[in-house]
Amino acid sequence: MEEDLENRGGACPQLLDLIPNESDWMMAPEASGGGRGVGGLDDSEDKKLELKLGLPGVGGGEEEAAAVLCLDFFSKASKTTTTTTCTGARRRLFESAESKSEGPQQEQQAGFLQLQSRAESGNEWPHKAVWAGGKADLQQSHAAPGGAAGPNTSSQTRAAPAPVVGWPPIRSFRKNLSSSSVKPSVGLENDNAEMKQKFDNNKKGLLVKINMDGIPIGRKVDLKAYDNYEKLSLAVKELFLGLLAAQRDTPENENEAAKQAFVGLLDGSGEYTLVYEDNEGDKMFVGDVPWDMFVSTVKRLRVLKSSDLAALRLGAVSRKRTATES
Amino acid sequence: MTYFPEEVVEHIFDFLSSHRDRNIVSTVCKAWYRVERLSRRIVFVGNCYAVRPGRVMARFPGMKCLSVKGKPHFADFNLVPHDWGGFALPWIEAAARGCPGLEELRLKRMVVSDESLELLARSFPNFKALVLVSCEGFTTDGLAAIATHCRGLRELDLQENEVEDHGRQWLSCFPDSCTSLESLNFACLKGEVNAGALERLVARCVNLRSLKLNRAISVESLARMLARTPHLVELGTGSFTVEHRAEAYQRLIHAFRKCKSLKSLSGFWDVAPRCLQSIYSICPNLTVLNLSYAPAIQGADLVKLIRHCFKLQKLWVLDCIRDKGLAVVASTCQELQELRVFPSDIYGTGTAAVTEEGLVAISSGCSKLNSLLYFCHQMTNAALITVAKNCPHFTRFRLCILDPGKPDPDTNQPLDEGFGAIVRSCKDLRRLSLSGLLTDKVFLYIGEYAARLEMLSIAFAGDSDKGMVYVLNGCKNLRKLEIRDSPFGDAALLENVGKYETMRSLWMSSCDVTLGGCKALAAKMPRLNVEVINDRDESDEMEENPSDMHKVEKMYVYRTLAGARNDAPEFVEIL
Repeated sequence: MEEDLENRGGACPQLLDLIPNESDWMMAPEASGGGRGVGGLDDSEDKKLELKLGLPGVGGGEEEAAAVLCLDFFSKASKTTTTTTCTGARRRLFESAESKSEGPQQEQQAGFLQLQSRAESGNEWPHKAVWAGGKADLQQSHAAPGGAAGPNTSSQTRAAPAPVVGWPPIRSFRKNLSSSSVKPSVGLENDNAEMKQKFDNNKKGLLVKINMDGIPIGRKVDLKAYDNYEKLSLAVKELFLGLLAAQRDTPENENEAAKQAFVGLLDGSGEYTLVYEDNEGDKMFVGDVPWDMFVSTVKRLRVLKSSDLAALRLGAVSRKRTATES
Repeated sequence: MTYFPEEVVEHIFDFLSSHRDRNIVSTVCKAWYRVERLSRRIVFVGNCYAVRPGRVMARFPGMKCLSVKGKPHFADFNLVPHDWGGFALPWIEAAARGCPGLEELRLKRMVVSDESLELLARSFPNFKALVLVSCEGFTTDGLAAIATHCRGLRELDLQENEVEDHGRQWLSCFPDSCTSLESLNFACLKGEVNAGALERLVARCVNLRSLKLNRAISVESLARMLARTPHLVELGTGSFTVEHRAEAYQRLIHAFRKCKSLKSLSGFWDVAPRCLQSIYSICPNLTVLNLSYAPAIQGADLVKLIRHCFKLQKLWVLDCIRDKGLAVVASTCQELQELRVFPSDIYGTGTAAVTEEGLVAISSGCSKLNSLLYFCHQMTNAALITVAKNCPHFTRFRLCILDPGKPDPDTNQPLDEGFGAIVRSCKDLRRLSLSGLLTDKVFLYIGEYAARLEMLSIAFAGDSDKGMVYVLNGCKNLRKLEIRDSPFGDAALLENVGKYETMRSLWMSSCDVTLGGCKALAAKMPRLNVEVINDRDESDEMEENPSDMHKVEKMYVYRTLAGARNDAPEFVEIL
């Protein structure tokens, strides 16, 4: 059982290496001298990484509270990462680790990894650990969680708390109010859009299929997450850039060439052009009508090779884009 | 024992306004049950799945006003999947069949389709008031149906709904003969409306007292409307951008001066600080001021405005008011009862906008404060203890420290003592939301002292099952408990299963409750619906039969007479 975990624990050091400053991470950022019972973690290096199984509330008999350090993030790119560094100790239970576990002893126990957080006396409180929300997937630890892992390294500046789903508890429309906010709420709205896959276009979270010439697998994009064509164009590029680069398979300059492909999606000047099929079945250039009208009539999108356009005899709408002829 | 004739009993019941009182008298004896049910006019259903609509209509055939609530509160923060449920249609259908005399309908957090609104519009000839709060699923077409068919409509109040824009013509659907409107609120609509039609409507509805516009209405239009409605009591402005020397602006000031009855102001979308001067003349009369949609107004301008508002009872602002601004509120607004401070810069790393100092200042100046919603970057135990001493009248206390699990920055202690002081001091506390670093101790305090507590919201708090158990065993008036990201598991869930039948609902997400625990609860308590809500992504990957050890991501438990609901989507499992 322990070996099992240690094998998987092999992944853990990799995770920990992503943490820039481990010791800071262990202590609360504002702590000017602890006194908070983190001593246990300093005792020995092994103890830092010790993973233990145990039933909830089983505190007695354990020698040391084990600190499980792990970063969680959703495996799907569209979901927001929910890693939050936090100065409170919170346990996190790893479902996937549990479901993959094979050791027989796990059946007897609760079958989940657990931080034995136990105040050793009334005054101390539990060991600190990174609070991580969402599912754990220790195997998929390759993606760095970006700035989310960065703890507060000084008490003066506060690092931005990484977005946690549904936190802070305010309505979505308030998150969009301030012009200076970064708008990860768009990510959260995409979250909801992913969950509404069954809905047709008339409901919220307008998901439309988008296919690109030469790429066998299509994607879906949520049009409600954008409010103008430029943002849509950028999103299309993000969706297909990786796939296109892989397709082209030119190791040296693959990214540059691939990025170039997405320039001029909206005005016909690029290698590819963005078109759509509307509710009357007509194929139209994206960008001709006001955004709101586009959103209410679009049924699916395509990224076509511009050289094929003439051959396709697109809908009779003439190009209304005038000012962009520069 | 003397029996009163039924008419006398009914007359006595007329004095009972609270639902709880009426519910209690109806259990005294069969005669009283009968009198009560036939005379009940206002019916409140706190959970739409607790009882079947038909049963409500059958019991209260004389019902005139119906309120129904749908989704759990955490749906406001995107924690409940979009198509979880809470449909209004069955209620409207049942009312159309059973209580055609319905006059008022209030729905909160429900899914209301255009079809429902159309049915509503056609089914109730005496319909007078529609209030939709945090609902979704309808478009302006549904509103058009209401406007067209509800003759004699007095109130159309749309608060914070998600409404799909299908065009601006809905407002024009109010016939020329409609003069009965007293309250119109469409602030949450994103699209344009026909301004001319609106102005004419406003002009002919001489009893209009409450008007809340959306962002698409210009200042010019507002000025024209105000000139025709000098008796307005509540106003939500539209977009408030105007060149301050412009004629429209002058007309606005003039119109405001005439509105002597104006007591409540909100809106102020896109307002430029200079334009605020136009309302200085009204400020001394204001009791309600909502500036929480105006991030462009910074502290100094807010303060200039608030210095005029000495009768203010309810204030909603953004945290750009800063601690200093709150100190001004404290010295100016001695009548203040409700304060909400919303965050303006959640993901930024700007300097702390409001802290414990602002709250302490408020508490020392505003002793009548009873309702608080406060988003801040930090809080200390000392501050909370002071606040508890200064303001013992809190009925609603909701504190949100933006960084989950953050301790007292001065002492690095958890905030147990601070919140403990609040519950000890505020004997009438009915609603409490916790945040910051908290151990089981705070729940010990809550269980012991918060005797009147009805709703408790917990996030990132506690150490063990004991915390939740303290609350379940202690708070005898608890009705709603919602918990997220806290280490409470099956042992806590199953410790006091009878408690849940005395409560409306329990929500637990990202806690330690397992599927086995949920099944055990469902087996023990057949009159509870135990819903296990799976995330969409998870259900794709999940095995056919997840083990009982599997942790449940989201669980919603509620008492019900209606049994398992039949409209649950496939990612909701009702045990």
